[in-house]
Amino acid sequence: MSASLEKGVRVLKEVIDAPIASYFSSCVHCGLCAEACLFYTETRDPKYTPIHKLEPMRRLYEQEYTAIGRLKKLIGLSKAVTDAELAEWQELVYNSCTLCGRCSVVCPVGNDIVYMVRKFREGMSASGNAPDGLKGASNRTITIGSPMGIKLPAVKAQMRHVEEDFGLPIPLDMEGAEYMVMLSSMEIMNFPEYLGAIAKIMNQAGKTWTLCSTAFEATNAGMQIGNSDLARVIVSRIVDGAEKLKVKTVISPECGHAYTALRWEGANLVGRPFGFKVKHIIEVLAEFKEQGLLRTEGFETDRLTFHDPCQLARRGGVIQQQRTLMNMVASNFVEMPDAGFMNWCCGGGGGASAIEEGEELRLEAFMKKKTQLDAVKPDRLVTACANCRIVMEEGLEHYRMKLPIVGLTEMIAEHIPDPVPTETDGK
Amino acid sequence: MAGLARHGVSRRSFLKFCTTLASAMALPPAAGMAMAEAMAAARRPSVIWLPFQECTGCTESITRSHAPTLESLIFNVISLDYQETLMAAAGHQAEEALHNAIKDNFGKYLLIIDGSIPLGVDGAYSCIAGKSNLDTLKEVAKGAAAIVAMGSCAAYGGIPKANPNPTGAVSVSDIIKDKPIVNIPGCPPIPVVMTGVLAHFLTFGSLPELDKLGRPKAFYGETIHDRCYRRAFYDQGKFAKTFDDEGARNGWCLFELGCKGPVTYNACATTKWNGGTSWPVESGHGCLGCSEPDFWDAGSFYKALSMPASPLKTVAAAAAVGAAAGAAVSFANRSKKGAAKAAHETTTLPDLEK
Amino acid sequence: MSEMQLLTWARGTGLDLAISIFVLGVLLRLFEIYSLGRKKDLSEPRTVSGASGMNTVFRRSLPPPGMLKNSPITYIGGYIFHIGLAIIVFLFAPHIKLFQDLVGISWPGLPSQLVDFATVLTIVAMLIVLADRIMKPVKRYLSTFQDWFTWALTFLPVLTGWMAVHHLLLPYTTMLALHILTVELLLVCLPFTKLFHAFTVFGSRWFSGAVNGHKGVAV
Repeated sequence: MSASLEKGVRVLKEVIDAPIASYFSSCVHCGLCAEACLFYTETRDPKYTPIHKLEPMRRLYEQEYTAIGRLKKLIGLSKAVTDAELAEWQELVYNSCTLCGRCSVVCPVGNDIVYMVRKFREGMSASGNAPDGLKGASNRTITIGSPMGIKLPAVKAQMRHVEEDFGLPIPLDMEGAEYMVMLSSMEIMNFPEYLGAIAKIMNQAGKTWTLCSTAFEATNAGMQIGNSDLARVIVSRIVDGAEKLKVKTVISPECGHAYTALRWEGANLVGRPFGFKVKHIIEVLAEFKEQGLLRTEGFETDRLTFHDPCQLARRGGVIQQQRTLMNMVASNFVEMPDAGFMNWCCGGGGGASAIEEGEELRLEAFMKKKTQLDAVKPDRLVTACANCRIVMEEGLEHYRMKLPIVGLTEMIAEHIPDPVPTETDGK
Repeated sequence: MAGLARHGVSRRSFLKFCTTLASAMALPPAAGMAMAEAMAAARRPSVIWLPFQECTGCTESITRSHAPTLESLIFNVISLDYQETLMAAAGHQAEEALHNAIKDNFGKYLLIIDGSIPLGVDGAYSCIAGKSNLDTLKEVAKGAAAIVAMGSCAAYGGIPKANPNPTGAVSVSDIIKDKPIVNIPGCPPIPVVMTGVLAHFLTFGSLPELDKLGRPKAFYGETIHDRCYRRAFYDQGKFAKTFDDEGARNGWCLFELGCKGPVTYNACATTKWNGGTSWPVESGHGCLGCSEPDFWDAGSFYKALSMPASPLKTVAAAAAVGAAAGAAVSFANRSKKGAAKAAHETTTLPDLEK
Repeated sequence: MSEMQLLTWARGTGLDLAISIFVLGVLLRLFEIYSLGRKKDLSEPRTVSGASGMNTVFRRSLPPPGMLKNSPITYIGGYIFHIGLAIIVFLFAPHIKLFQDLVGISWPGLPSQLVDFATVLTIVAMLIVLADRIMKPVKRYLSTFQDWFTWALTFLPVLTGWMAVHHLLLPYTTMLALHILTVELLLVCLPFTKLFHAFTVFGSRWFSGAVNGHKGVAV
């Protein structure tokens, strides 16, 4: 079986629901969604207007599901959706949309545009019109186990390094542990400090935790390409792993879309509610702090600001926790303009960073983040998503800005007193 | 002038009447004098009044004319050669008077018509002396200098023309196309409006300036609404809601009680009735719009202009059809969606390529 | 056809037909949109007060942080003409009389001079948002024939009504007939154009608010 327009159209007919019908019927072409989208604001090209990214799906909805649309189709007055058109729309649906959700928040008639883009990607992927970069990432995630092609041996190697550096054990496949920890490819490859940080934190909190050999990868390329069938395969590994190990909570790492894929889409993909909880590491840290299980000492004194990953804050509901954690270890924490749930996307989420041909556009869109940073002039930038980190590092380099980026979990862990039996009191 | 004096109309009163009339028609003061002289000097012109499918209300109204009175007009100013209600003669003598007036004054008499002209059953619905009104009108109009369609029936068809128009009533101007016609609508028209137009014709030998509907602009140039003394209340949104509430007692606007003043052209608001005593709105009842064509079919007298003219008939059925169509489309939508879901082919990696 | 006959038709048969098509269209569209249903969300919800479908139905009427400064004409122009239309349609005494006849209830209106003032503001605001649609690249890019047509559909009743009250251009009887006819045209087209947002805005906002409320985000 191969991708075809017919398949794509069938899938779109399947996913169009009452909300989408209501949204298309409500759009008044006010253009406010464009003003919320960094791909429009930094390029001034109106084709990046979010609702415009959905035009073929809108026509399909009209032709298939409205009385007037069906009538028009009957008498030959409607323009059919073609494969060429979908190919043309690939740039709009993937390269210039990170599923950041700012458009949805702004629409005055209440249209959830990001929801519609996500659904449109189902049809785009089934018709063969998804970008090559994402096809590759999906391929590697499903066949190898991770979008960057990392296999278990590499993970085990990193585990050993971290155990040596931090002097703490990294459990694997420990049945009955309270927490199952996942990683994103980025972390395994580029930021191994994250794993060490987890070890320190869990050790201080006195919580049992484990990695899972069949479900160490959190990133869900199937969700990014927008194909529920593939996303289901990927997320099922995590569900099976968590159920096999009988853990209470699965921790999603510092990655945006991994959280969305598991926390919000996961149960709907496998068709049943989970028997375990899903939390982002930031949520877990904030909980530990509240329970007195997370204790830090000392402060960063340089000027720090925080970049809210879209999938964590606006799309995930974790907004206050990162601020609480920042205030634990930063004495000079300043907020960017629009920080919090209105934060601007880094420009690389939703699979965009895997699309090579979209790099130029991404860098142009990065001007928005640059503008935010120029307004606060921080010494360092803190965030809680490994993909945001990579994307922003690339953007800063492109604009020749010297600004180190740090992960929040890592920064918190640095302020946990070292795990020696004799603890120094009174600090 | 001697004749008028004998009837108690002094020269002063007569001049006053003429100047009043002139000013009411927005003519210059000198016209008043011209009117007086013309009326005093002229050989009394012949006037023939034919009543067709009417209620005699217009004749009743003109008898209420106070300046001049009808008697003085008849005795001193005009030669009213035929008027069925007022003339003493009947039968053969009446018919003879009519024929003689036509013969003696052919081409010069003023023809007044009141009542509509029924066309149904070859015009048999209204006959005088065995002849249909239709035939009579065509015959008598031949020698008229001008025709006055007195009252809404003659001018526009009036009440007989109202739905379903069983007699096939039409107006004078629907029949006669080759004579100057002035419409003086109203049900009935205001007395002084009737006499004013006659005086204009008698003085100047021509009809006054007419609007698109053939009405003299002097009397029908403004709507009741634009001259209404309660207009300030309309502008403020102060409306009487019932005929007896506080608003009604305070003399507030009668728009909500169905007043058709905004769409009615007549002089009632300024000239008033019964020698300036009062008029419908002042008495607390909304204007019926009686000087407008088709006023009787314009929806209830008691329904405001912003309300439907007739009860809605098709909405309930339309709602049922809409719900049924909606249900049908919903069913079709859901089965289409279900079919798409049933035909779902699970995407595997190779399926990402075309 | 005389002026009065045109007016009587507009107030009688015309109104009957227009309201019928409107009711039919609204029911049809509401059914065809909302019958598509939506799948239940099986993920574990968060409960945060102030984050729900109902909250968003109201809260979305306010501009999110930063947007008012970004697009003042869209917001302020939009507020003025929507509120203006509501004042004209629902608080002008002759219109309240119409509703009383149609649905049996009535309510106090505003003094006519205030409604007149609101009408002038509405007309000006509508002209400004039209100009903005022509001049702003995004709006111009998105606009199709329907956008211009629905603008005229909404503008003409306001303009003709105002002109009728002020006795401008045409005799009152004709102007009033035109006003009622333009309203009837608006009614007939509303369910089948973007103007249907008047009904679907509630559902759309509710869905958005519910989805985000499930995640604990107050939008």
